[in-house]
Amino acid sequence: MMKKDLLIKGGRVVDPANSVDDVLDVLVSEGKIKTVGKGLNERGKGNNEVEVLDASGKIVMPGFIDMHVHLREPGFEQKEDIESGTRAAAMGGFTAVAAMPNTEPPCDDEATVRYVLDAARARGWVRVYPVGAVTKGRQGKELAEMGEMLEAGALAFSDDGSPVSTAEVLRCALLYVKSFGAVLIDHPEDLTLSEGGQMNQGPVSTVAGFRGIPDEAETVAVARDLLMAGLTGGKLHLTHLSTKGSLELVRWFRGRGVEVTIDVTPHHLILTDEIVKSSGYDTNTKVNPPLRSEEDVKALVEALKDGTIDAIASDHAPHHLDDKWVEFDFAPFGISGLETEVALIVDRFVVPGIISWSRLAELFSVNPARILGVPGGRISPGEAADITIIDPELEFAVDPRKFESKGKNTPFGGWRLTGAPWATIVGGEIKMKNRVLINRGN
Amino acid sequence: MSLKGKDLLSLEELSTEDIELVLSTAQSLKEILARPIKKVPALRGKVVCTLFYEPSTRTRTSFELAAKYMSADTVSIATSTSAMQKGETLADTARNIEVMGTDVVIMRHSVSGACHFLAKVLDVPVINAGDGMHEHPTQGLLDIFTILEYKSRIKGLKVAILGDVLHSRVARSLTWGLRKLGAEVHIAGPATLIPPYAETLGVKVHSRPEGAIEGADVVYSLRLQLERQKSGLFPSKREYHDFFGLNRERLRLAKDDALVMHPGPMNRGIEISTDVADSPQSVILEQVTNGVAVRMAILYLILGGKE
Repeated sequence: MMKKDLLIKGGRVVDPANSVDDVLDVLVSEGKIKTVGKGLNERGKGNNEVEVLDASGKIVMPGFIDMHVHLREPGFEQKEDIESGTRAAAMGGFTAVAAMPNTEPPCDDEATVRYVLDAARARGWVRVYPVGAVTKGRQGKELAEMGEMLEAGALAFSDDGSPVSTAEVLRCALLYVKSFGAVLIDHPEDLTLSEGGQMNQGPVSTVAGFRGIPDEAETVAVARDLLMAGLTGGKLHLTHLSTKGSLELVRWFRGRGVEVTIDVTPHHLILTDEIVKSSGYDTNTKVNPPLRSEEDVKALVEALKDGTIDAIASDHAPHHLDDKWVEFDFAPFGISGLETEVALIVDRFVVPGIISWSRLAELFSVNPARILGVPGGRISPGEAADITIIDPELEFAVDPRKFESKGKNTPFGGWRLTGAPWATIVGGEIKMKNRVLINRGN
Repeated sequence: MSLKGKDLLSLEELSTEDIELVLSTAQSLKEILARPIKKVPALRGKVVCTLFYEPSTRTRTSFELAAKYMSADTVSIATSTSAMQKGETLADTARNIEVMGTDVVIMRHSVSGACHFLAKVLDVPVINAGDGMHEHPTQGLLDIFTILEYKSRIKGLKVAILGDVLHSRVARSLTWGLRKLGAEVHIAGPATLIPPYAETLGVKVHSRPEGAIEGADVVYSLRLQLERQKSGLFPSKREYHDFFGLNRERLRLAKDDALVMHPGPMNRGIEISTDVADSPQSVILEQVTNGVAVRMAILYLILGGKE
């Protein structure tokens, strides 16, 4: 049976990879982009039926890719599974997510990579790119079989949840993945400095009575990582950077020819450590790296504007209510981010004109696709029709109870946002439209 | 007459007026402790529960006696946090206590903010009897009450707080209370035991005790938790005493009539020498007596004051 063609009509197409920003129609056929142009006919050339999606007033962009999420499967299905996590992704405007390997068992071999891909094929709502572990069992000792994982479909490697243990292991891993051209994603943290810490070290932690996690717990590790990237020439991506010092180091090393890409999260761009106390010690504000100071937030926003930051990723870390409804020290770190991510960035940075729509597309689509080496990032004929459509005027109230994700752990509950994902199209299939998931096929 | 909020969680959040209300109420209730029959009916029929996830002798006994002197019934639950982690959650334990008819829950817990969490879980009032490194508001109030008894004022006094301020909930509560009432607070201790960004607390930081003690009206010695040595925060008890302990010689730098205070339990010969602890300037036992009066006032204002 022929699939229906899809005509996305009258939207403002923002496609920076093709230097396009214009009101255009996009015709999708057989799951691929067929034509992009003005006044496209509603009748397909063949006998295919055409479904028309009226996108007037909306922003049509290449599919958004969240390069850092925790889908928790296998092993922690009470927190999230591949179905619920990808439903959340579709709701949040993402056509693909990169799934971190800190599962149980960890995704550190070919079999687990295949399991994740099979589960995603059977139950996934968006594309899932497995990230394999750098070391066996994420133990930080022996390298995992990264070549085999790549062949099985892994896209990148990380020991996320933890940093790559030592400079030497990182050095070897960066060299080793060079043979395969894969990217290594590190969560930079010096565990000796962060041990026992519950929140950012600063005036708030002193008043709140918490052992703090100093900026330097991250910055020291960023310096180590950048030095190893320089030493090896390996492809390094630093995830969820949160401090001014980290950004300064990234710029300094880039100025000396070290190639590195970085992402930041919406919560680090928007919230400060003040909220830990002002929320009455709400464990939904407990996240690693911790919410930082005003000065750090300003530096992150500056880096968002000036291009230092390559991508925005959620570090979507769903937890069960039972895990979070406890004393602060006993709660796990993490924020359920997929369903608020795009709306937060649009509301806070695009609508007020701090960044452009085109920059938004770079941060969420063009750069993640390039860093991970996956298709997408552009709306070009012949490419898979992965498209994210945003309604810049949609009023969106964050209600965690309505999250598709099993993780309702967000500090943004009750926030009212303007501008939100309006449709998510994966391989030509509409997965979400007008804030409602649409179950069809797969 | 009652406090503005439902709970008593911190002195940072308690208004100056409420602090003064507690102090004046305690002053009028203190005479009950001197009576041959120490019992008034103010809280008859009320049930006070102490829920202690950390060991305590002084604070728990003080709260229980305060409740009993006011004719309330008391129940006490003592457990270790580790035992709790294995089984029932704090929220479940507390809700169970609440539905049995408890009118107020007084909790001590090793985690900062645990009382704020409990206050969200429960409808009945929560009194913080010490949470992690955060606050110990009733201790702060009884300390201020004691200073007031001897000095008749707080405004303009110089108070030196010595020792492990970093881990001290006592120091935080005392500092907030003293500052709200206009005292000048100086802290001193090894830099490893001084909180980062200590100036946020509105204190002047000294790296050695002498500068803090100089000309002080009150010298407050904090308990040194000996396990901090293992974490590498100070090298030995002896060295700590030599450089940071409160001894006779250092006390001479304070005003002649300076008060010596300590929240207990004391490590004699470590943070405070015995001759200082037992000197005429020491009001350490008076703090303990006043603790009962202040807690009577707090229970009265939280439970009985509305009627």
